[in-house]
Parts: sequence; C-alpha cells; structure tokens
Amino acid sequence: MPRDNSIKKVLVIGSGPIVIGQAAEFDYSGTQACQSIKEEGIEVVLVNSNPATIMTDLGMAHYTYIEPLTIDFLEKVIAKERPDSIIAGMGGQTGLNLSCELYDRGILDKYHVKVIGTSIESIKEGEDRDSFKRLMERTNQPIVESDIVTDVDSAIDFAQTIGYPVIVRPAYTLGGTGGGIAHNEAELREICTQGLHLSRVGQVLIEKSIAGWKEIEFEVMRDGAGNCITVCSMENVDPVGVHTGDSIVVAPAQTLSDREYQMLRSAAINIINSIEIKGGCNVQFALDPNSYNYAVIEINPRVSRSSALASKAQAIPLPRSAPK
Amino acid sequence: MKKTVKAELILENGVRFKGNAFGYIKETVGEVVFTTGMTGYQETLTDPSFAGQIVTMTYPLIGNYGINLEDMESRKPFLKGFVVREKCDVPNNWRCEMDIDNFLFQNKIMGLENIDTRALTRVLRDHGTMRGIITTRVDDLTPSQIKQKFDTYTNAYAVKETTIDKPYVISGRGTHLAVLDCGIKHGILRDLSKRGCKLSVFPAFTSAEEILAADPDAIFLGNGPGDPKDIPDVVETVRKLIDTGLPVLGICLGHQLISLALGCNTTRLKFGHHGGNHPVKDLKTGRVYITSQNHEFVVSDLSEDVEATFINVNDGSIEGIRHKTKPVYSVQFHPEASPGPLDTQELFDRFIKMIEEVKPHAKR
Repeated sequence: MPRDNSIKKVLVIGSGPIVIGQAAEFDYSGTQACQSIKEEGIEVVLVNSNPATIMTDLGMAHYTYIEPLTIDFLEKVIAKERPDSIIAGMGGQTGLNLSCELYDRGILDKYHVKVIGTSIESIKEGEDRDSFKRLMERTNQPIVESDIVTDVDSAIDFAQTIGYPVIVRPAYTLGGTGGGIAHNEAELREICTQGLHLSRVGQVLIEKSIAGWKEIEFEVMRDGAGNCITVCSMENVDPVGVHTGDSIVVAPAQTLSDREYQMLRSAAINIINSIEIKGGCNVQFALDPNSYNYAVIEINPRVSRSSALASKAQAIPLPRSAPK
Repeated sequence: MKKTVKAELILENGVRFKGNAFGYIKETVGEVVFTTGMTGYQETLTDPSFAGQIVTMTYPLIGNYGINLEDMESRKPFLKGFVVREKCDVPNNWRCEMDIDNFLFQNKIMGLENIDTRALTRVLRDHGTMRGIITTRVDDLTPSQIKQKFDTYTNAYAVKETTIDKPYVISGRGTHLAVLDCGIKHGILRDLSKRGCKLSVFPAFTSAEEILAADPDAIFLGNGPGDPKDIPDVVETVRKLIDTGLPVLGICLGHQLISLALGCNTTRLKFGHHGGNHPVKDLKTGRVYITSQNHEFVVSDLSEDVEATFINVNDGSIEGIRHKTKPVYSVQFHPEASPGPLDTQELFDRFIKMIEEVKPHAKR
C-alpha cells in the first residue's frame, strides 16, 4: 500500500504508568511505533507520563513530553506542536481512551488532527460492549449470552434468567479490572457494584459463564486494501475463568487441529474485515473443548497485552496501516 | 517405557542428523522436503502429493492433538518418512483417537525424532531438495551402500501408486465434473461436493474417450505427487480434453499438467513450496491471499495462448494461469486448504460459475 504523503508529524500517546493490565508491552509497541514512523521520515511527537520507559529515551521521538496523560495536557501539546495525525492504537488502553476523548470533545477536529490506522468509530465498535454485540450479530459470529446493565438490580434479574455462575465485565477498563465470576446473588452484587464504579461509562456486561472452555487468541493485521495476515495464534494454558494476567499464554495455539484452527482464523479475519480495521487487532475466542462450538469473547482494535508475543511483527506493518 | 532406537538421516550431500526412530522401524529412502504448516500434520501425513518423500515439519512439536478419523486426506499415508523435532506422546483433543507414533506404526511409516529440524531446513534451503536415507544402522552404512540406495531411488511411479483402481461417482444435483485422480486429496472432493457438484472420479490413466463418455460439464484435475513430466500419457489426455472445448480446471499437479498440455514448461523449484503461509497475488485485483501450498515443481515459460493470473509474492513464481480464449483455468496453490488457511475458498465458486457460463454453448 502506498504511503500517505500528507502525513508529516504524528502524535504518539505513550503507555503511562506500568500497572497490572497495562504493562511494559505497550512501552514496547509504542517504541516500535516511534521507530517505524521515523524510518518513514515523519516527525514524531511523544507524550508519556512515565519517564522510566524505553520510548522516552533520548532519540526515540523528535519531541518528547513528560507530562500527565490527561486531556488538558494533551490539548496543550497538540496546540503547541500542531501534529497532523495521531496514532490511537499503540499506547494500550490509556492511549485508546484518551484518543476517544480527544475525538469526542472535538479537539482533534479543532486542530485538524486526523486519526491514522483504525478509525475512532471502529475502535468504539470493538470496545463498546453493546456495539460489539451488534457487530457480532451482523457478522454472524457466535457470542456468549449476555446483557449490558447500568445498575445492580437489572444485573441480578438478568443473571436469574441465564443462571449462575455469571461473569461480570466492566466496559472501558484496564485489563478487565473490576470484573469477576459470580456464583450467587451476593457475589454478583459485590462484583457488579465495583465494576460499575470502575467503568468509564458506568456499564457492565453480565454474561453466562463458559468457564472451562479453551481460550484462544489471534493477532491479525489488515491494510487499507483489505489484505489480511494472522501474525500468530495464542492459547492460554489455563481455560476460560482464569484471567490471562494470572495465566501463561503460549504461541502458537497448542491443542487445536487444523480444522479448529482455520475455523477461528477465518472468523477473526471476517470480523476485522467487517469493522475495517487498519493495522493490528487482537481477537479472543472461547472454544468448547468437546465440540466445534466457539464464541467470540473480545476484540481489541489495538495492540494488546498478548501482542508482545507477536513481537517485532507489530512494527513492520504500521506505516502500511496509514490510510490512503 | 518403549526402548529408544537410535536412527540417523543421511543426506545426499553427506550431512547427517542423529536422533531416535519411532513409528514403524525400517530403512527408508526418499526426497527430503520441509513443510512450514504449524497445524495439520495429519492432513500432511495423508496427502498423496507427498508420495515418495521424507517430510520434515519445521514446527517443533508435532502430534499435540493426536490423530482422528475425520481429517484423512486419502486412504493411507504415501510418504516415505516423517521427521520431527519432538513428537507428542500425550495428545489432547476431543477428536483424538490415537497418537502419532501408533499411527505411523500401523501405516508402516518410519519416523525420526529428536533432530534439529531447523538446521535440517536450513540445509535444504541452501542446497535444495535432495534425497535422504533414514536408517537405524547408525554409522554402519558403507559409502557404496549409501550410493547404491540413492541411485536406485526413483519417484517416477508416484502417480501410479496413489491413483485409484476403478472409477466411482460421488452423487450431486449440480454441475457434473469428471475428476482425474492423480492422487487427489479428499479435501478437494469435499469442497466440490459441498457445492452440489456431481463428481465422476477416474483413475489417472483413463483415456479421454472414456472420460467424455460420462458426459461431464467440465474436467477437473487435482493435486498429486511427483514430476508432471513423468506422466506424458496424462498430459496427452489433458490436451485432447482441452481440445473438446469443455472447461478444464486444475489445482497443483493438475495445474502443471494443464500448463504442459498448453505448451508451457515446468521446472523444479530449489526447495519447493510446502506449508500454509504462502502469499499469492491476484494479478487482476492486486489482492494478496495467504494460501496453502505443496509443490516441488512450478510452471515456467508460458506459451502464447496462456496468461498468468496469480504470482507468489515471495519468489515471483507463477501460481495460476488461464487460457486467453478457451475456458481453461488452473492454480498452483490449494484453495481447499486442509491443512491451511481458507482465504481462497471462493475459487471453487469461481470455478463452478465459469463452468455454468460455458455450459449452454458447449452442450449445443
């Protein structure tokens, strides 16, 4: 794909503090992004609140700002540096949330900053639970029975119809913080209250537990012309129910026959084609260990925790991901 | 615990790899090739295109999901030997029926494990495909014995070995295809059958007249082992079939046979394309697809009537052709996958659409 020559200066939002769910892999991906953009002869402006990272090393970006990662500071940086583009998907959830907010508040429009790579609409479609559900219905992909709730009582009502145990997943949080499995009403009440509190939009998803299924992930790359490759597949050593952060992930998947593997690979490619991802995307599946039944658990239209495993491959297609 | 038996792989250029034997223990000679598929070893083992070859898996751990009864690509494995870094003795999958050691034992295939398959792959990439011996007579074969073994090896009869004895029919209500079985994978038949095709499957050396007597809408040539130039009779049959004006479609060996029949040439690739990660480019649309491939030979020197439709992005070799005026279309890669990515499945729909478009004219 030809490079977009109108891009001269790119803003990269760094990964911020290293905490559980938002670890050093985003420093890695951000660093790779800076290097790969620089190779293309484009100026890089980096904002990161964490000086103890590789990406803030001298010479990584043309201009480095060590400032708090908040909308106010970012706006000031944008006003001063006037980048023409921003990359949303390289700083993990923090970068993604901030990009969404910059877009929502009209700051990107005000300073004529365009989003390169995956569009904000696509990011929202992947991250927002409700749009995710609609997207899966549109692409005929199976998902786990679930409902979005904004208060504890409706969570309990819904759990009664699908039966315990249920899983609570708050929207827009780091590494699934505030989620968990509830085996009864008391547990649900506790986890749900916490989840609602932590979610940026006050939403949690209640879904039927598929604990015990295999947890499989695919890292997929797509360019603006629709060409796709799967960088790698991954399998969690522990089944669904044990958080990825507490488990070991191996790449490639170890216990799938070619039929199962290709079924999920094709599904991952169909999904990213339908939301027109440009760049990297992570798709997570649960696979019944005793049949061909599967469900899409999650899609992350950005580099994810697991992308670190996909290693250097991440950096190469980045300049390619610039829109036409 | 089973007793381990030492074995070694001796290559034509003198390089040796020492490891342990598994499966059915017997001395074996074959053309050594590597395949890069990370999944799908069962399909690889039962793919007739590997007849006469010793296959090395570049992926280091093989046998994780065992062997099942559904993923067979032919009636039995035809390969000469199977080389892995590490075989898995405790497979885990809901469809698993047996482990790989037992499968090879039952099918009388020699296995070799515990060798550095990456180093072996490097040797094959640098020196090209060559013959090899797997033997348990470690350090015990004399140079003249080794030479004699290499000299007597031939793979010229691979199609004869893998084809079927008698024609048969897979019923269907749709397009009627005459399929020439030169060692065809079940995956291709499955994909055509799934689209409603009626398939009259013939042994490789059936005459053009006999095939046409079945009154097919089109001719289909599948994959198969060996050098297409070893079977000039089949090329002649294909030429006659093309001359009838019926659509002629091909995959892999079929593609090479069609190309030879149309006056193109085929040559040997240095180390073949084997595996599920080969990018090809559709020259018409510019789209790139990741494909499954399995071939040692490649179509070269296109004749005037023929144009390329797909090329390999890695080495620029020809991956698909069509006749400029006749309904003849073939591809080198495997749209049926098994094993491999399903990105080019819609080629089967393209095949059938093309036949349906030609049909009224041909039958008139």
